[in-house]
Amino acid sequence: MESNTRIILICSGKGGVGKTTLTANLGIALAQQGSKTAVLDADFGLRNLDLLLGLENRIIYTAQEVLEESCRLEQALVKHKQEPNLSLMPAGNPRMLDWLKPDDMQRIVSMLSEEFDYVLIDCPAGVEDGFKNAVAGAKEAIVITNPEVSAVRDADRVIGLLNSNGIKPVQLVLNRVRPKMMASQEMLAVEDVTDILALPLLGLVVEDEQVIVSTNRGEPLTLIGSKSPAAKCYSNIARRLQGEEIPLIDPSKEGSIREKFRRLMQTKIF
Amino acid sequence: MTLRDIINKLLRRQSSSAKTARERLQLVLAHDRCDLSPELLDQMRREILEVVAKYVEIDLEEGAVSLETEDRMTALVANLPIKRSLMNAEADEVKTT
Repeated sequence: MESNTRIILICSGKGGVGKTTLTANLGIALAQQGSKTAVLDADFGLRNLDLLLGLENRIIYTAQEVLEESCRLEQALVKHKQEPNLSLMPAGNPRMLDWLKPDDMQRIVSMLSEEFDYVLIDCPAGVEDGFKNAVAGAKEAIVITNPEVSAVRDADRVIGLLNSNGIKPVQLVLNRVRPKMMASQEMLAVEDVTDILALPLLGLVVEDEQVIVSTNRGEPLTLIGSKSPAAKCYSNIARRLQGEEIPLIDPSKEGSIREKFRRLMQTKIF
Repeated sequence: MTLRDIINKLLRRQSSSAKTARERLQLVLAHDRCDLSPELLDQMRREILEVVAKYVEIDLEEGAVSLETEDRMTALVANLPIKRSLMNAEADEVKTT
């Protein structure tokens, strides 16, 4: 059955670039904006989505029991108390990886898509079986990367795999952006990364210490209505995903004198 | 070349690291995307030059075969300056004898 549920894979190739943080914040933001949202932790080996959402003590059943049919879908779903539009489908035991197949992933995603407007799949790092399972149920994807050579290279591998799996659209989120370093050309610029990866930019997230504070507490920035720069970035990404037109700001192109000088220096002479 | 590049050149300063990152990425991704190691590319380059050299006299010093990538499309680009056609060269030799 074809539903209108948007099933979005959040992936990066490289580990530690911010997949799980994006999944948690985006999930909360979409829920706040009125969409029924499920976040599915597809990282069975190293699950963490429960921890970032502060739901680690409320897990009773997981995706494993749902797939084994020893519990119903609703029993495994953990509803967020402060944001009831958001539910977590926890990852099962790492031993599941011995038998988990892409078909299993498709089954659980199609169950979720009957209940929710958005299903966000938090993909494991790497391009091996974990990725192949996670991609099986997805319709579209968000690739998240940092403006660093290793992260961009790995993102490129993943984009190739998404293309060959027929996943469309694929959009880019650039994470951990440091505007000052970009302005002094000591960090890959936003358009460098979008040009190299040839993906439309869904949004960028500036480097922000509050992200660490919020993960310490298990309260995503978007949940607590933080005024911090990263919180604004995440909620803009959610709104763009819903189809709102919110202009992208290039952090390296803000109107300082220093910036005007930098643009002069970049004038093509020949 | 930008104004910054010229000033850097005059002052013999290193170019910005973002530029270096961009160039290194473009090169490594061109190889990643077609799954071709530098050794294989070099072998292919030599074989292409051999084939071309059968038909035209080329400047082996100036010739370049490289991978270029734009918008996720990778192209094999060969730039081989031709000195002269071997057919004409043979004809020249026939005339002189």
